[in-house]
Amino acid sequence: MRLEYFEMIDQVVHLDRAAGRIEALAVVPEASPVFEGHFPGHPLVPGVLLTETMAQASGYLVLAHLGFAQMPFLMAVDKARFRSFVGPGATLNVEASLEHDGSGYAVTKATIRHAGKLLADAELRFRTMPFPDGLDAPMRERARKIGLPMEDAAGVAP
Amino acid sequence: MSDQPITGTSATFDRVADIIADTADIPRDKITPESHAIDDLGIDSLAFLDIAFAVDKAFGIKLPLERWTQEVNEGKVPAEEYFVLKNLCARIDTLVAEKAAKA
Repeated sequence: MRLEYFEMIDQVVHLDRAAGRIEALAVVPEASPVFEGHFPGHPLVPGVLLTETMAQASGYLVLAHLGFAQMPFLMAVDKARFRSFVGPGATLNVEASLEHDGSGYAVTKATIRHAGKLLADAELRFRTMPFPDGLDAPMRERARKIGLPMEDAAGVAP
Repeated sequence: MSDQPITGTSATFDRVADIIADTADIPRDKITPESHAIDDLGIDSLAFLDIAFAVDKAFGIKLPLERWTQEVNEGKVPAEEYFVLKNLCARIDTLVAEKAAKA
């Protein structure tokens, strides 16, 4: 995770397109300016960044599901729960499942586990729309970098 | 609504009105078949997607919002055709019937 750059997902470990499910890893950095404020001398990953981590895992799932034809933008966060604390160096297991593929929107459920224990969960909703100019290529590049299987997306490359 | 027969659309309207009341926090008695979701009820696009999700789930359908939006934006169909609730409910009934016919 590069918290300051909002690069939350380090690696996609499994994508099941048919089941609409993704598993990913996110390793909390040992040091980050985020921890200077949250909290001084007691570093904890902020809940809002755990939410972003679930949103990004969900986002890559939606991108894969749509074959990179549209970009998902976070629209709603429901039932977010932060069940424990987590700090520097932790490896987080992030999972997301596609609950509903709507017209112009998508709904996911996501969880984060740490050492087998549920850390956070939420229901997320995304508006899906055409890529704004210039965003398609960097999103594909980032998806490739974290190991999102791209074979189905190749056909709709610009 | 007591003067209306219990047709598919009337029953559909009751379910949709309940969903709108719950989702958008609008008093149920303000929601009528003639209500325009945006002009009369003040539902914004985010709230409308909340309602669409609840309708999709409740009726087991997929409201074709992208196509509708495109048709309205291109001036092919007046917005009332989709956003006045009696019209929305008629379209929901059609989608439900189409799904049943395919099953």
